[in-house]
Amino acid sequence: MSKAKLVILDCWVSPFCMRVKIALNEKGLEYEAQAEDLFGGKSELLLSSNPIYKKVPVFLHDGKPLCESSIIVNYIDETWSSPPLLPPCSYGRAQARFWADFIDKKVFDACGNIWRSKGEVPVEAKKEFIEILKQLEEALGDKDYFIGTTFGFVDIILIPLTSWFFAVEKIGGFTVEAECPKFSNWMKRCLQRESVAKVVPPPEKVYEFVLMFRKMQGID
Amino acid sequence: MAGELVLLDFWPSPFGMRSRIALAEKGIPYEYREEDLRNKSDLLLQMNPVHKKIPVLIHNGKPVCESVIQVQYIDEVWHDKAPLIPSDPYQRAVARFWVDFIDKKIYELGSKIWKTKGEEQANAKKEFIECLKLLEGELGDKTYFGGESLGYVDVALVPFYSWFYAYEKCGDFSIEAECPKMIAWVKRCMQKESVAKSLPDQEKVYEFILQLKKVFGIE
Repeated sequence: MSKAKLVILDCWVSPFCMRVKIALNEKGLEYEAQAEDLFGGKSELLLSSNPIYKKVPVFLHDGKPLCESSIIVNYIDETWSSPPLLPPCSYGRAQARFWADFIDKKVFDACGNIWRSKGEVPVEAKKEFIEILKQLEEALGDKDYFIGTTFGFVDIILIPLTSWFFAVEKIGGFTVEAECPKFSNWMKRCLQRESVAKVVPPPEKVYEFVLMFRKMQGID
Repeated sequence: MAGELVLLDFWPSPFGMRSRIALAEKGIPYEYREEDLRNKSDLLLQMNPVHKKIPVLIHNGKPVCESVIQVQYIDEVWHDKAPLIPSDPYQRAVARFWVDFIDKKIYELGSKIWKTKGEEQANAKKEFIECLKLLEGELGDKTYFGGESLGYVDVALVPFYSWFYAYEKCGDFSIEAECPKMIAWVKRCMQKESVAKSLPDQEKVYEFILQLKKVFGIE
């Protein structure tokens, strides 16, 4: 077991792991990312720290495990207060949690309905994906970031998922920039942040991974 | 600080019950408004345009949607009485994990028990009991999930008790026989006025389920 105080059981392509790493970077914290081989065999540490779901990310703080990325990001924000990722007022926090919950319920599944489809991508799947992005665009409005002028909780929950959008665009035959330009601009803004750029892999790499995964699953 | 509080709700909703319990625990007065889900009010559609679902908590005209977010909001705003969420960040994260687990599993598995038959129902029953046993493990020897007093996990889980009789009748099994510790915990919770007043009668919920089965054409 590592001597590092902060450890993340990780997978480079997991947007959920990326959330945790971005939050740690935002707080200027040192951590060790232990790569898990999700296809070859999960480590004993992963299986014992997350016996219910057996999934990454798992965050270990002095050996004490926490699971579920949104919960981990919340914990990081509450334990290391500067800079704050959530707004100071209760209503603002409720709004941030609402959008994080919406993103968790909708975005990755909508991506999956496109990149997992065999043959022609169903029109409803593309429509639903764009509709979700438009709802998020509306929530963003004219702000630079979701809950105001500073990069925060909702941005951290969402931006890693966009690393899968290139794959979705290629397979779906559309572009996010053409359909949702405001959303596209927000993506570019976030990707310029060092905390994000250090963590989010190049979209082409994710696309290669998706193609390999499709072959493995017999979709291609 | 109380201001104007309205809860848009639907009597058998376990999610609405969570907010009812939280408000009752803290002794906060509010206006309860029953929604007809076949004919949703303009107010509901305006306050929750994204999901169009209940419960919605409206505080001084501003909506808070999603029951777990409402309970956290209530706990933060009225923090001086009956705290529900642990003050220690690690304990808080663990409590959130279990509430998230309850949200992912209990409602969906319970729904499968009353909506399906045969192998699908049998699998749902098996997994439902497994989930309750995991929760029993988390409870351990504590009085409540929150320790000596009702906490976030208790508030999130106990509403489903009002649906247990319906699950048992539809699934032909006894939850108490499989998970006695869980039922013992439920009975402790039901002794609290905030819980007893917020949960509908189990027979009433069962009648409601039978109506739903008729409407959906389920045997």
